[in-house]
Amino acid sequence: MDVDLLIQRLGEIAGDEHVVTHPHQLRTYESDGLLQYRVSPRAVVLPGSAQEVREVVRACFESSVPWVARGAGTGLSGGALPYEEGVLIVLSRLRRIVEVDLENQRIVVEPGVTNLEVSRAVGPTHFYPPDPSSQVVCSIGGNVAENSGGAHCFKYGFTTNYVTGLEVVLPDGELLELGGKELDSPGYDLVGAFVGSEGTLGVATLVTLRVVPVPETIRTLVAFFDHTDEAGQAVTEIVAAGIVPGAIEMMDRLAIQATEAATHAGYRLDAGAALIVELDGPEAECGSGLDEVVAHCRAAGAIEVRVARDQVERELFWKARRAAFGAMGRISPTYYVQDSVLPRTRLPEVLRLIDELSAEYGMQVANVFHAGDGNLHPLVCYDGRTPGEAERAEELAGRIVKACVDAGGSITGEHGVGMDKKHYMPSMFSEPDLDAFQRLRCSFDPDGLANPGKVMPTPRLCGEVPGPYRQHPLERDGVAERM
Amino acid sequence: MLEPASYEEAAELLKASGEMARAVRPVGGGTKLAWGGVGRTDLDLSTGSLAAIREHNAGDLTAVLEAGARLAHVQDVFAEAGQMLALDPPLGAGDAATIGGIVATGDSGPLRHRYGAPRDLVIGITVALSDGTVAKSGGKVIKNVAGYDLGKLFAGSFGTLGLILGVAVRLHPRPATRATALFRSDAADALARTAAALAHAPLELEALDVRWERGRGAVLARAAGTAAIHRAGNMVERWGGEVVEADDALWAAQRAGQRSEDGIVLRVSALPARLGRLLEVAERAGARLVGRAGLGVAWVTVPDVSALADVRREFGGVVLDRPPGVELEAWEPEPPAATLMRRVKERFDPAGILNPGVFAGGI
Repeated sequence: MDVDLLIQRLGEIAGDEHVVTHPHQLRTYESDGLLQYRVSPRAVVLPGSAQEVREVVRACFESSVPWVARGAGTGLSGGALPYEEGVLIVLSRLRRIVEVDLENQRIVVEPGVTNLEVSRAVGPTHFYPPDPSSQVVCSIGGNVAENSGGAHCFKYGFTTNYVTGLEVVLPDGELLELGGKELDSPGYDLVGAFVGSEGTLGVATLVTLRVVPVPETIRTLVAFFDHTDEAGQAVTEIVAAGIVPGAIEMMDRLAIQATEAATHAGYRLDAGAALIVELDGPEAECGSGLDEVVAHCRAAGAIEVRVARDQVERELFWKARRAAFGAMGRISPTYYVQDSVLPRTRLPEVLRLIDELSAEYGMQVANVFHAGDGNLHPLVCYDGRTPGEAERAEELAGRIVKACVDAGGSITGEHGVGMDKKHYMPSMFSEPDLDAFQRLRCSFDPDGLANPGKVMPTPRLCGEVPGPYRQHPLERDGVAERM
Repeated sequence: MLEPASYEEAAELLKASGEMARAVRPVGGGTKLAWGGVGRTDLDLSTGSLAAIREHNAGDLTAVLEAGARLAHVQDVFAEAGQMLALDPPLGAGDAATIGGIVATGDSGPLRHRYGAPRDLVIGITVALSDGTVAKSGGKVIKNVAGYDLGKLFAGSFGTLGLILGVAVRLHPRPATRATALFRSDAADALARTAAALAHAPLELEALDVRWERGRGAVLARAAGTAAIHRAGNMVERWGGEVVEADDALWAAQRAGQRSEDGIVLRVSALPARLGRLLEVAERAGARLVGRAGLGVAWVTVPDVSALADVRREFGGVVLDRPPGVELEAWEPEPPAATLMRRVKERFDPAGILNPGVFAGGI
């Protein structure tokens, strides 16, 4: 393959001003939100339309050059990490909101549109529920690739529950409609297969999303506890009572201290855990539900329960939670964000294990998590200037992941596998499972050009599709016959 | 009829069938065998002996079920913990419908309005492929993005990719009370307007349905929770209609309307705003209809193939029940991604023995 010729072709397609090859400029793109990994691609191209994306992918296909699609670059698993000998296709110029169809509760957007822009475009009557913390900047295309979640998915579900249709470019350059504006398009649910495939099946150039009415009322409270065990108990009681809050978020002592220093939201510094519970829905349900939640928190040993009196106070409660990752800089020069899931009932034992690991490694671990669905985000604090610390932090984080999987959970709840988690895949999936994944991959991308080296633990090639039926030897010999 | 007693045995049987090119039809409760295209079948593979509830994790609101488990049975078990699997399609003769069959056909009932279809509730799946592979995807936690989501690929695949052996599902709390606001009318456009108003209001309904038969119909809006009766009353105050507190029979009728003994049932998926037009077309075709008014998914029962053509011309859809002996094309037109779908089929069912001819695109 002649990459220089390809790069020239990319310039013809997207315009030379939208092709980046200078090493200094390439540096901007060498990592996504996970800074531990850095790779410079041969070229970055920023196509301006679906047609240009198609031509770029086609050109890569013809030159057998691998490519990686990138949205806003906020991903936390290295999913948009460039391929060294490949092309990085950046979708940030595709940012048109193509259609707002509130009559049918749909919106059609290009992949570079941000998550928050979608909710703004359908407001104030409707909203788009998946709300990753990065929603101000993260793109819908990236959300589709990662099947992004957020704080409200315990009640509302994930990206995959809201995408009804996709226009995608397959790795051979074919532009294809999957699904549509209607639900249940005939045939296999290839939209469901594509969402969350981390850029390994193709690249989306148009996304149709379902949106829902804004709830009649939203009630938010923060409860403080001496210990995460009690907060966890409160969550269990709330869920067991049949209450489905819009969000249940927990922070432990260290997370509270860091976020309080950063935001001055008024969280209690003497608390060992804070629980944010948000109920939304019909007024008639939320009022009684809120009373019940308060009662469950008190019964579990809450030292204080604060109910937001107005929108300003609600925002303040959330400000602390949303700032959690960024605020870690206040207590540690560097930190490593982990993302894993465990069955909610196993929370106390895993939190105790995290305490033990923290003592064993001599590293602080702050815990911030989506408690409703058991999605942990331990933040392992370390000093990156000390040689070997980064590796030890990662090792500690890895032991947390393992504990979650052993408890029946998952290696990732919302950040994706990407580059960072692929070596954990065998802890959840057997060889035959991975082989089944590969079958899907091969039906979309037989040449392995789309985001190679991600998700799967070891490189795999696609075999030939088996030929037509041949007579079985037993059948030929008359030992067995067709029934 | 073969009835394997374990996942491994099921996979072995599939492998042997693949090697001998015998076409296999997976069978659960046998309540939906006529659906889709008329396929080639050499033998039936029953999930009747794979019917266990492997796990019910009440505290986590999840369960792991073998494919042959009957929905009616598992609901009884979940109800003891105040929980439910939020799927309520019709269960067929003797309530025989199994979770495997429901997932394989992507079937659903009125609860879909709030909780989604099988694709949305399956959080993990284990399948056997025609080369003897047993593979799983997902897991048993609600939130999980590790690996590809084969549950979605297999949901609604009509048994053409592999045999579903078991699924992990998300459960929901069973609501304390339910009540329905019922709006009757003989004007299709008035019903469509009421349905649209309800779908756009922040009511958080458990179900929002429509029905239509011979010039008259109704919209049904079901509230569920601690204040359901109060909320149904509020709807009636605002939009007219009547409150029905003991509403189970109403909803049983909605579910029953998704099946027919003597007509042709077409499952249609339209944009919600086309509901008025759909009712009009159904009326003109002499059809009856039940459906999810807020979602645009409807079951239209037509008397004959010419009426079927009239509805399908505008709304597409797939044919489910039909009287014996009626010849028709179950899926048309061919989906735009049919070529890609055939590639998926070739990879997952390399022997090409699973329900050949039953699915869209001639798969």
